[in-house]
Amino acid sequence: MEETPGMTWTRKHLLGLEGLTREELTTLLDEAARLKPVAAREKPPLKDLAGTIVVNCFFEPSTRTANSFQAAARRMGAEVVSFSPGTSALKKGESLADTVLNLQAIGGDVWVVRHAASGAPALISRTVRGSVINAGDGQHEHPTQGLLDIFTIREKLGRVEGLTVGILGDIRHSRVARSNLWGLKALGARVVLIGPPTLLPPELAATGAEVTGDLDAVLPELDVVNVLRLQLERMQDAFLPSAREYARIWGLNSERLRRAKPGLVVMHPGPTNRGVEITPEAADGPQSVILAQVTNGVAVRMAVLKLTVAAGRSAAAAEASCGGPARG
Amino acid sequence: MGSLLISGGRVIDPAQKLDRVCDLLLKDGLVAAAGQGLTADETFDARGLVVTPGLIDLHVHLREPGLASEETIATGSAAAVAGGFATVLAMPNTDPPVDSATAVSHIYLQAARTDLANVFPTGCVSKGRAGKELAEMAEMDRAGAVAFTDDGDWIVSSRLMRRAFEYARGLGRPILCHCEETDLVSGGTANEGYQSVRLGLGGRSAAAEEIAVYRDLRLAEAAGARVHVCHVSTAGSVELVRSAKRRGLPVTCEVTPHHLTLTDAALEGYDPAFKMNPPLRTAEDCQALIAGLADGTIDAIATDHAPHAPEEKEQEFAAAPSGVVGLETALGVILDRVVGAGGLDLATAVQCLTAGPASVLGLLPRGTLCVGAPADVTVIDPERRWTVDPSAFRSPGKSTPFAGWELKGRAVLTVVGGRVRFRL
Repeated sequence: MEETPGMTWTRKHLLGLEGLTREELTTLLDEAARLKPVAAREKPPLKDLAGTIVVNCFFEPSTRTANSFQAAARRMGAEVVSFSPGTSALKKGESLADTVLNLQAIGGDVWVVRHAASGAPALISRTVRGSVINAGDGQHEHPTQGLLDIFTIREKLGRVEGLTVGILGDIRHSRVARSNLWGLKALGARVVLIGPPTLLPPELAATGAEVTGDLDAVLPELDVVNVLRLQLERMQDAFLPSAREYARIWGLNSERLRRAKPGLVVMHPGPTNRGVEITPEAADGPQSVILAQVTNGVAVRMAVLKLTVAAGRSAAAAEASCGGPARG
Repeated sequence: MGSLLISGGRVIDPAQKLDRVCDLLLKDGLVAAAGQGLTADETFDARGLVVTPGLIDLHVHLREPGLASEETIATGSAAAVAGGFATVLAMPNTDPPVDSATAVSHIYLQAARTDLANVFPTGCVSKGRAGKELAEMAEMDRAGAVAFTDDGDWIVSSRLMRRAFEYARGLGRPILCHCEETDLVSGGTANEGYQSVRLGLGGRSAAAEEIAVYRDLRLAEAAGARVHVCHVSTAGSVELVRSAKRRGLPVTCEVTPHHLTLTDAALEGYDPAFKMNPPLRTAEDCQALIAGLADGTIDAIATDHAPHAPEEKEQEFAAAPSGVVGLETALGVILDRVVGAGGLDLATAVQCLTAGPASVLGLLPRGTLCVGAPADVTVIDPERRWTVDPSAFRSPGKSTPFAGWELKGRAVLTVVGGRVRFRL
């Protein structure tokens, strides 16, 4: 793209959406909107990241996010190296830091990190020279998912500010919920967190979000509902009595959609447990933007790669010109 | 053995309610006299310095036997005296655990070989620290174990705990309890609250600690036994101990420097140097802990010095082992942040580092400077400014939440049994 957004983006890493300003979020979303025709293959790939090696470090299995980052990197002209723990030294007792340093020695400029441990990308960002992008860490954040959700809302409804967005389900264990919460709050949305009390930490009210167990009471107020996946192992940890009861009280179905605003936008970060948190009619109905979310993921990730790499390069250049070490 | 005169220092000995400038004469391994115009073979000029009984740390993981990459009795003793501690209590969660008279004797033997600090062993409550059957506490008592504990874990079985209290009562020894209800804290790595939710870390709740404290206090009361609660970290635990003491029960407890001075807000950044059990709590808890020291509810300041090899500790937060070192930072942190910034009076702080812990273990007159007490003395420069540099630690464990802190106050001389074992 010929136009580069100015000084509104200076972060070399994207570890979370918490702490991002409205201006920073808008910069990312605007850039993603500009890149969307390339993401959608309506325009040829770019050369912005030519010569850059993006390392996809998925310490936890993922198909959707890994493929989306891979597509985004290639559309930006980068090379992609994929790394998954099945083929790694991690199982031989090598530490995370050692593993990453070894990969860096082989060559790597951007680190896309998915890890089961909250904070693992932060640890890696202290270890490597390049940019680190959090592709989902434990129960902490999944910032590119949050961004693509917000991007999709903005695309569908034309704005974010002033909307009432419900996030429904297992908030406690959801990194998607946290990233959405921070991003939506910064952009001026009203956020309502909805779920069973065992899966909805009341501490989150301190963020300014509303916290409720009563889906039916709040449903008519929602402009958007983002339905989270319910892990079926929650039953074993005594968070819930049964999937059946959950579906009845907190599941999104066509009967509930009839009582919602006619234009309610239905989202789901996937993969869905159909019949548990969402029925097929709701997931596949005209109000669902679930597939648009997936498409938008590529554009958002292109924007994130582009801006973080550019910020990393200008930081390195600034340090080099000051005579300091070109290290992050 | 020659005599040593520590001259002209401000001698603070809370057990004697003593706080005055005088000379202290040490002779034949004992405190010989305190006063003016004394002479000795050797003199240490302590003018402008604070002279206290040798500090005592009730909670130290020396990792010997079995875990030499983390610490040994030799390195841990060196760290102790460098931090002003003349005496440490060794926790038995070693590999293998100290659950037999032979193992207790081994600790004494290694400590004698090292010959730096006084090292008192504890023994396990349960065989193999497995929480199933009682360990041979009477045999360990005869070998010199001064207390019993399965520290690191709570004893899940209430029945075993009850019998342990009853058995220990017969020996006159306290049981030291690591109070966190195991089932409730399973999978948790941070104080349960806003920070753990925000950071996506599993929680260890205040309730889990307080439930465990209450059970152990209640079982000890029923058994008529002495109980010492390790590292209390919540306002509710302090209140439980306060109320038990008010009823005259033989209950004691300790607090760590990190729980007094840090909160779970420090977990931002996921640095495992802030990971320990129990976890860092909230600012309200810190205030309640300082109040507990001030009103005598908390008897001792103990470090829970828990070294880990750097490669073990430098991992993802959830994967890293719990525990941080403390012997070489405790005094500075207490003087600068708890006495200075925290408002605790100096005599109370010294009490909780000397006679307080000595009373928990029945070690008096160790922990005092009475004539005839063991000649363990710590000389502190209360004005000395220094910066915590983990690479300079004597301990191989470098993980500390206080790295880079600028502190005022440091031990400049540690005397153990009348002999200088550390001099800055």
